[in-house]
Amino acid sequence: MSRGVKSGLVAAATLAFAGCAATGAQPQSAGGDAAPATTEAKAERFDKNPYPSTYHAYPGRVTAVTGVTIFDGEGGRIDGGTVVLADGKVAGIGGADTAVPAGALVIDGRGKFVTPGVIDVHSHLGVYPSPSVEAHSDGNEATSPTTPEVWAEHSVWPQDPGFSRALANGGVTTLQILPGSANLIGGRSVTLKNVPSRTVQGMKFPGAPYGMKMACGENPKRVYGGKGRMPSTRMGNFAVDRQTWAKAVAYKKKLDEGKAVDRDLAMETLAGVLSGEILVHNHCYRADEMAQVIDMSHEFGYKVTAFHHAVEAYKIADLLKKEGICAALWADWWGFKMEAYDSVPENLPMVEQAGACAIVHSDDANQIQRLNQEAAKALAAGRRMGIQISDERAWRWLAINPATALGIADKTGSLKPGKMADVVLWNGNPFSVYTRPEKVWIDGALMYDADDPKRRPVSDFELGQPGEGDVK
Amino acid sequence: MIRALLLSAAALVALPAAAQDVAITNAKLVIGDGSAPVEGGTVVVRGGKVVAAGAGVAVPAGLETVDAGGHYVTPGIVAAFSRVGLTEVDAVSGTNDRSAPRTRFSAGLDIAPALNPMGSPVAVNRAAGVTRAVVAPGGSSNLFAGQGAVVDLGDDMDMVTRPRALQYVAFGEDGASKAGGSRAAIFLLFREQLLAARSYARNPAALAEWGNDAMIQRADADALVRVIDGTTPLFVRVDRAADILNVVKLKQDFPAMKLVLVGATEGWLVAPQIAAARVPVIVSPLTDLPNSFEQLGATQSNAGRLEAAGVTVAVGVFDDDDAHKMGYATQYAGNLVALTRMPGASGLSWDQAFAAISSGPARAVGMDDRIGSLKPGRVGDVVIWDGDPLELGSRPTAIWIDGKRQSLTTRQDRLRERYADPSEGALPNAYDW
Repeated sequence: MSRGVKSGLVAAATLAFAGCAATGAQPQSAGGDAAPATTEAKAERFDKNPYPSTYHAYPGRVTAVTGVTIFDGEGGRIDGGTVVLADGKVAGIGGADTAVPAGALVIDGRGKFVTPGVIDVHSHLGVYPSPSVEAHSDGNEATSPTTPEVWAEHSVWPQDPGFSRALANGGVTTLQILPGSANLIGGRSVTLKNVPSRTVQGMKFPGAPYGMKMACGENPKRVYGGKGRMPSTRMGNFAVDRQTWAKAVAYKKKLDEGKAVDRDLAMETLAGVLSGEILVHNHCYRADEMAQVIDMSHEFGYKVTAFHHAVEAYKIADLLKKEGICAALWADWWGFKMEAYDSVPENLPMVEQAGACAIVHSDDANQIQRLNQEAAKALAAGRRMGIQISDERAWRWLAINPATALGIADKTGSLKPGKMADVVLWNGNPFSVYTRPEKVWIDGALMYDADDPKRRPVSDFELGQPGEGDVK
Repeated sequence: MIRALLLSAAALVALPAAAQDVAITNAKLVIGDGSAPVEGGTVVVRGGKVVAAGAGVAVPAGLETVDAGGHYVTPGIVAAFSRVGLTEVDAVSGTNDRSAPRTRFSAGLDIAPALNPMGSPVAVNRAAGVTRAVVAPGGSSNLFAGQGAVVDLGDDMDMVTRPRALQYVAFGEDGASKAGGSRAAIFLLFREQLLAARSYARNPAALAEWGNDAMIQRADADALVRVIDGTTPLFVRVDRAADILNVVKLKQDFPAMKLVLVGATEGWLVAPQIAAARVPVIVSPLTDLPNSFEQLGATQSNAGRLEAAGVTVAVGVFDDDDAHKMGYATQYAGNLVALTRMPGASGLSWDQAFAAISSGPARAVGMDDRIGSLKPGRVGDVVIWDGDPLELGSRPTAIWIDGKRQSLTTRQDRLRERYADPSEGALPNAYDW
């Protein structure tokens, strides 16, 4: 979090807190995931989706961008290509011979680039919004080291001006909002479409699974050790985690056996993780700790979907590949705390080279506005050490890879026909510092247009304030 | 024998290598003063200083020559407002000398002895092309934070270019909390401390008579006298438009004082007044969120609008990590160029943007006759880049500071090399070094 005038320690503490918020998921019912019959029967005793998405695609018109360079988000590239958006979906993608429907709005994309919208797997927009006043500080339920019962969506303030900055300057169309990292288990995350709304429900990504945020290392032991409570050490971190998982395994066993259980919001979330319906997003910097967390996941039978802030992922890239765990990373943040000391700017490409899943994430209301630039810096650092990754392949770090980590890769994250038309038209190569989003579509609706001041959302908070409607 | 050994050990650690005389030719040459790059340029550095730079510059006979191969050659980046050298790991308090919240002194603090030229942030920032930095203290227990320095990022022990190069004070919300809870308290405390310092300057003996109720201590008074007479520029962190106007008005009472605004997030709303007062501004250019109620008007167009109004604008990296990521200066400057293509936005031309991270910071701190450009007489801080220095993929391939060729290797390089293949071989990775 790079904001305000802060003394070093305050800034570091803020970073440390922000660093690692991973929890986001929606009750399983939203996706209709298959579960064992007994679990299903019991689960239906209570509503697993009590805060359902009310998001709907906004009106769009049939649009074709022609003559444009396309990164499809899965590693493909088309020069002089055409993308067709219709009925909220990607309707066509291909070369110059791609059919353009009659009556379509045709945009000349020559000299420009089209990509799928940027997806940020690690944001605290809404839970640590602007202005960052105490009254808005809703990202860490730092009263207990394990709070799987809290849901980030109950903290998200949809009027956070940061959402519109991420849209207009960053081309971000989907983002996961996580609780902070004060707690070992911080609570559930929520995945949002980056559209303005009066309500959080109006932003919720339909059908996205919930995630659950966990945190290793310095933050939990500092926060609770500082209160004279467990955990105050890394071994304390693991002990509290393991005891909690043991209890959750027992709870889930009762559920599976059809036995009566009292409602327990914490255990419901953990049982959802154990059944694979809720995805674990684990803030963890150090290689040795990630390796231990992997063993803990085996011990209790859950899967880590992604390690976030994994500053030392490059040291165990082979292990991440073997375990099928994504590494969500900054390009070059370092030195703000001890577990961020061994950062290397080649982390992303080194993870990619090992065949593991690399993701660029922000954890920051400013960097979310230029995740493309972060990817570009890492890409160049990799090339300097001889790791040759094409631009179009690197775009996976911002598209299909984060979509996969959020469990929504069947819906968005690439420009495959039939997927949601979450699309950015850039006014140049998006790996250049001189490039900005020109237009952003979400489900085929034009939600930002650099050429139309009225297609730049202004949150309630900024209405009537200095700079209302400014380019920002 | 023992003495000789000690001497040689000391020499290894402490003595900077002598400046080399060098000519860098075949350059896409950027002077750093806002002029356009010159193709086929040459820079001549002798005795640690630039003696000539331009297209028609002849290389003196016998001088070592480096062919830049047509690449960009620029002055080193000047970090406009930073804490480089004051911290290694922010959250490890023993390594973090930014602030002194429990000292009984304030303005008199001098950060020079806290600087660590061997810290890894110095090497990492240098490898990104940053050769000089304005380093300011973070804060004390009082309104005034103390005196910062201008430093170089060379790989030697001699870091300070100019000690006590600035005094730092935060107005606005931060200052109000230090001063007693309101902005009114800031302005009164500020004025009273400066007046006390002036009284002390006129009659040093009086200070002893004030006793424990003195508004100010001797060391702090000494430092503030230099602020009043303009010897030391006063860097003021301020963001709200109304606060900016009140700060600029302080010059009416202390006319010799040299003000520099830091942040000035809402500066664009009062740009004509800032320009009229001839006060330079150091912006954090990509701050575009209303992080606080004193930054409601935040926009990335701030720098462009200030420049257009005639304000001297420098670009810094400080609403971000201000010790480890000084290399972001080039990226931030590049973003300002990007704004020139956005309808309704104000940005900087490439030439202006580069000047904002080289001669701009030098001007703000009153040292553009010594650093920040490749004009004759300036320090021999020269960087050869592998591409457009403002582009995301570009890096320095060679750096001189005070005419001395620098190492570009960092601790991060060593880690990356060790784990290029992460799997362990016949022996653990720890044996690979």
